[in-house]
Amino acid sequence: MKDYNKLIFEISKEGRIAYSLPPCDVDEKELNTLIPDSFLRSEDVDLPEVSEVDVVRHFTNISNKNYGVDTGFYPLGSCTMKYNPKINEDMANLSGFSNLHPYQPEDTVQGALELMYHLDQMLSEITGMERVSLQPAAGAHGELAGLMIIKAYHESRGDNKRNKIIVPDSAHGTNPASAAVAGFEIIEIESDKNGAVDLDKLKEVLNDEIAGLMLTNPSTLGLFEKNIKEIADLVHEAGGLLYYDGANTNAIMGIARPGDMGFDVIHLNLHKTFSTPHGGGGPGSGPIGVRKDLVKFLPVPVVEKQGDKYVLDYDRPESIGKIKSFYGHFGVAIKAYSYILSMGAEGLKKVSEKAVLNANYVMNKLKDHYYLPIDQVCKHEFVLGGLINKENNISTLDVAKRLLDYGYHPPTVYFPLIVSEAIMIEPTETESKETLDGFIDTMIKIAQEADENPELLKSAPHNTPVRRIDEAKAARNLILKWEKNK
Amino acid sequence: MEVKKDLLYTNDHEWVKVEGDKAYIGITDYAQNSLGEIVYVELPEIGDEFNAGDVFSVIESVKAASDSYLPVSGKVVEVNEELSDSPELINEDPYGNWIVVVELTDKSELDKLMSAEEYEEFCSKEG
Amino acid sequence: MHRYLPHTEADEKLMLESIGAQSIDDLFNDIPENLRLNRKLDLPEPMSEMELVSHMKDLSTANKSIDELVCFLGAGAYDHYIPSIVKHLAMRSEFYTAYTPYQPEISQGTLQAIFEYQTMICNLTGMDVSNASMYDGATACVEAAMMAVESTRRDSVVVSSTVHPEVREVLKSYMKFRDVKVIEVDMADGVTDWEKLKALMGKDIAGVIIQNPNFFGIIEDLTDIEKIVHENKSLLISYVDPISLGIIKSPSEYGADIVIGEGQSLGNSLNYGGPYLGFLATTSKLMRKMPGRIVGQSNDVDGKRAFVLTLQAREQHIRRYKATSNICSNQGLNALIAAIYMITMGKKGLREVAVQSTQKAHYALEQLTKTGKFKPLFNKPFFKEFAITGSVESKKVNSELLKHNILGGYELEKDYPELKNSLLLCVTEKRTKKQIDKLAEVMEVI
Repeated sequence: MKDYNKLIFEISKEGRIAYSLPPCDVDEKELNTLIPDSFLRSEDVDLPEVSEVDVVRHFTNISNKNYGVDTGFYPLGSCTMKYNPKINEDMANLSGFSNLHPYQPEDTVQGALELMYHLDQMLSEITGMERVSLQPAAGAHGELAGLMIIKAYHESRGDNKRNKIIVPDSAHGTNPASAAVAGFEIIEIESDKNGAVDLDKLKEVLNDEIAGLMLTNPSTLGLFEKNIKEIADLVHEAGGLLYYDGANTNAIMGIARPGDMGFDVIHLNLHKTFSTPHGGGGPGSGPIGVRKDLVKFLPVPVVEKQGDKYVLDYDRPESIGKIKSFYGHFGVAIKAYSYILSMGAEGLKKVSEKAVLNANYVMNKLKDHYYLPIDQVCKHEFVLGGLINKENNISTLDVAKRLLDYGYHPPTVYFPLIVSEAIMIEPTETESKETLDGFIDTMIKIAQEADENPELLKSAPHNTPVRRIDEAKAARNLILKWEKNK
Repeated sequence: MEVKKDLLYTNDHEWVKVEGDKAYIGITDYAQNSLGEIVYVELPEIGDEFNAGDVFSVIESVKAASDSYLPVSGKVVEVNEELSDSPELINEDPYGNWIVVVELTDKSELDKLMSAEEYEEFCSKEG
Repeated sequence: MHRYLPHTEADEKLMLESIGAQSIDDLFNDIPENLRLNRKLDLPEPMSEMELVSHMKDLSTANKSIDELVCFLGAGAYDHYIPSIVKHLAMRSEFYTAYTPYQPEISQGTLQAIFEYQTMICNLTGMDVSNASMYDGATACVEAAMMAVESTRRDSVVVSSTVHPEVREVLKSYMKFRDVKVIEVDMADGVTDWEKLKALMGKDIAGVIIQNPNFFGIIEDLTDIEKIVHENKSLLISYVDPISLGIIKSPSEYGADIVIGEGQSLGNSLNYGGPYLGFLATTSKLMRKMPGRIVGQSNDVDGKRAFVLTLQAREQHIRRYKATSNICSNQGLNALIAAIYMITMGKKGLREVAVQSTQKAHYALEQLTKTGKFKPLFNKPFFKEFAITGSVESKKVNSELLKHNILGGYELEKDYPELKNSLLLCVTEKRTKKQIDKLAEVMEVI
């Protein structure tokens, strides 16, 4: 199977079809009497001509060259690759949800609006915020919406000079990029030796031009930011707001809440913490939550309850406006909602507890073989700095590629940027001790291979559908689509 | 790491070779080495005018993108079109493949640049 | 125990011992006491699968889906037929439980599917390159506008008032933060007023955004507009319905520089508005300004063809605040669905969907206007949507239709206050003659 190496265009044969449509049952007219010739194309779009079986085999075969959470262990740090419950997919596919047109009258979508309203309430409770909007399409989109709210807040107070956002150097790359897209200047501050916010460095940059600070907690090193209260006070005293990047919420559900830590605006990643599948790169969903006095700035529409009826409220004059078509990724929201109902309060707390237990377990077993820059209790993930034995020049990339040979998805590598040769491991709570032990043994074996047979790692992977790919060639000699005779 | 004797250098790892009123500008061996395999060089247009310190080119490798700053003020009189098709030339011979030639506006700016010896020392500190 | 949590008590004990911790609480000692929640979250009790299904069915049946209603509503989200295999294949969990293909050796399935998607979006639009998709049509429009601003170094964009109202709104929300001016150009008889457009053009205009077929379903004549835009050295940004391209000229034929659109109708369920996908395609010249992920072809060390994310240096995880955009995902699964749909319909099928939609829409207009009770709002060639007007309030028409389980049109007055008593109706290949006749019959007596 893994040798299947055809593009759909290469199996296309003139005349074949894979669709069926009933005959047109209205009186057909010559097309050019309905639409002038000058608007019509002269040739059909060059799409493949294949049979239904061709399509099914093609996608089945190429799917076999993919690795998902359902295939095996996926300890990709910062991405929370937990199990994606099947029942959630069934729920999202209920016709009463999946076959709703976004412009249907409100009376005909009360169930959908009720779900959105309740999800807002549940996420608000989990994070300690006043209201949550489900509009943003993904984490980065949530960041952007949140930053727009921060800007709107300052401007509403006539405070127009606050055009800078502070971002720690350990932050996700999207943080500074989102801040730039929202029109802010970025001030990057160096983390302290534990990867935490350096309070002195923070104080140095705080002034009346600072709109806010973006932070994840636990940090990207998987460590709880103990000084968070002081950080919040400092930022608030300087007139700024505190933004919470919710990428790492899986560590603290039912234990601590960003709202109680002093965060003013947050986003969550439903595709990380709340078990919705990543879809091979989307769709995600990045709801944003705000404290009480910022609710008025949330994007429109907001689902409100009026008596027994749920409505879409567009009449919000101070809103940052519309940031996306319709109401966000409703289909994803259904899955997160199903997940929260399946877990309940106890269950969500257990999720965080087991996620943290798993991470600490793996960390302790690996620290004799891989460099652990900060040896203290971690939260849901931890960061290693490559192999301890650097003699054979085996890089983190080599280790990651060798893991592929053993049937594991590698951890996140070379992030965060503040740890060199970073290997960021997030096991998640849905993995059993046996799975973790298997992974630990393999990591240790790879460390031994690095000593004994470094070439094996440098040339890895060996038994994947394709081996290491020439990325420079892909970028120099751009082939971005299939063309006949090329 | 190679440093050529007769060139001037900046702390952003560009080199400058002066010929009369004109200056050839490229990136150093150190720079190409830390960027890795270069896949694209964004070139300015002939006639563009820059101040010293302006970004005149962006160099992309597989894993990084780096702005190049013009060490001296001037007007672009030539660009190395060969780099559009073969950006890897910079990896192969960073000193043989200049990126732009500018007409110098203020020759005194050259005094602020480093000599080969100074640059070598600078790099050794950067590790 | 919980079905998603595999730890037995014995496991937990062994693991804690190995860590050297007494209890789970020990692992949270780093969280200051005053920040602990120290109470149970106020959430519903956990549900078994049976309880969940029952609860969700109650909610979903509180809605009336287009399974029960006959849908004549479009306006940016469309009820086209979705072949059975689309969902079967897209729901293979090797695809949907994978993350972004950062490890290409074990992500060839996702990467190849995107490569095929990019190819077909290029063939559909006639453009040179496509990215791997964006959040939706509206945000794709924002990204296209920013591409125009950055490549022309100008600070205003013009958008026609015949572009979808939500797309214009989203554009304005974003551009406010980028200090880019958004200028709307009026319409004349349902199409962009090209004379007014001409008067607006100047050295500040980076790009002009035209929807085609436009929000009213009308096919815009872009011959004059293209000249005006390009003579001004601005970019022509074309927002299109991908299904229409089964019969209508590709945007590259009329000189578009960037082509964007909402890809939902390519096999994606309506999902009450999302998730959908936006597509974005452009010329080779603008390729490096294109945001989002892109898949390229290369080979592995053994010379075997392989696909990989490329042009990554433009992206946020490398460029951080200098990135071309903050977008760091695509709509992978929705793009996969779109690819499977385009392949399944193929060359002939896409055309037939477009032809049948056109035929049925024109038949519907004829039936609805034959007695004169309703008349066409505009007199222009259209694709699968058209606007009609009459003496009855459109809200009333829709509520009467709903009594007959018909989902009526989009009430244009919401966005165009001057267009009173006007409805935008959509007819896809899924509608039958009988359903259209019934629509006309009910409307005749309102």
